[in-house]
Amino acid sequence: MARYEAIKEIMESIDDELVICNIGFPSRELYEIDDRSENFYMIGSMGLASSIGFGLAMAKPNKDVVVIDGDGSLLMNMGSLVTIFANNPSNLTWIVIDNGAYGSTGNQDTYAQKIDLVDVAKGVGFKNSFDFAEINLNDAIRSDDASFIVYKTEPGNSNSPIIDLDPITIKERFMSSI
Amino acid sequence: MDSTQAIYDGLKDAGVDFIVSVPCVNLSKLLNMIDDDPEITHIPVTREEEGIGICAGAYLGGKRTAILMQNSGLGNSINALKSLMELYEFPLLMIMSHRGTEGESICGQVPMGESTPQILEAMDFSFYTPATPEEAYDKIRLAWEMSEDDGKPVSILLEIKYW
Repeated sequence: MARYEAIKEIMESIDDELVICNIGFPSRELYEIDDRSENFYMIGSMGLASSIGFGLAMAKPNKDVVVIDGDGSLLMNMGSLVTIFANNPSNLTWIVIDNGAYGSTGNQDTYAQKIDLVDVAKGVGFKNSFDFAEINLNDAIRSDDASFIVYKTEPGNSNSPIIDLDPITIKERFMSSI
Repeated sequence: MDSTQAIYDGLKDAGVDFIVSVPCVNLSKLLNMIDDDPEITHIPVTREEEGIGICAGAYLGGKRTAILMQNSGLGNSINALKSLMELYEFPLLMIMSHRGTEGESICGQVPMGESTPQILEAMDFSFYTPATPEEAYDKIRLAWEMSEDDGKPVSILLEIKYW
């Protein structure tokens, strides 16, 4: 099972939550699986999905925010674990699809293969640091603390096409959906 | 007018209500004022690039955003400033302590300090170097709307002699 099926499963639990999705194939796959105004697709700035989601969660404390991130992107912005833990936005759920690979660039190995990201987040201090297989996503979304969830998959990309929305449209329809 | 008060007043009049920061000694008084202001959400960040992403998210949620940092943080943020802020036309105020300028005592600040204006020019981002608190207040007060019009971040460079 690869990322595409993981995103499909995640979206089955999503109702009116705001979703920030990682650059590259993750956004392309989400766009194909379940395009909605409440999805923000990243087209640049690898690594910043969790930061965008965190800023949004702080600005909109009454909305639930779900970030769909990847292991390679997390490794590029490890400081985000510390900033998000320290601020603990209860309305933020940060899901890392960990396929151990830089999927969008040809499935080169990431160092995430050598570490346990659930343990890393626990070590930082996250009370809610879980393996996706062991929890109910909706419970995590409703929890009173920020949640960090690792969804382990095999590497591999679908044939999802490039997103045909321009960035301004992605931003504007997202903002008007809030 | 006090050099720090001018920046604070400019930010307030611009309606800025969400600020991320990586500290500089020259910004320390300003950071304290922001922390004491219940109308401003202040998030210290681990690295400036992270702060750019946080500001983008906060803007999506309706906030007016600024980043306070040294000019070294510009170097840490260039890709995000282009492939996030400019790409999606996110406005942002960048208030930078411009180190490595006249009066700098730390040689390590000089190379990045000298290149900072050229880097902003190459990025095609508007920036201002106010000489006085009055000028700083005026530029900052208007910079948010300018940033919205540009669809790009607008920077205020505060050289050592400004303080």
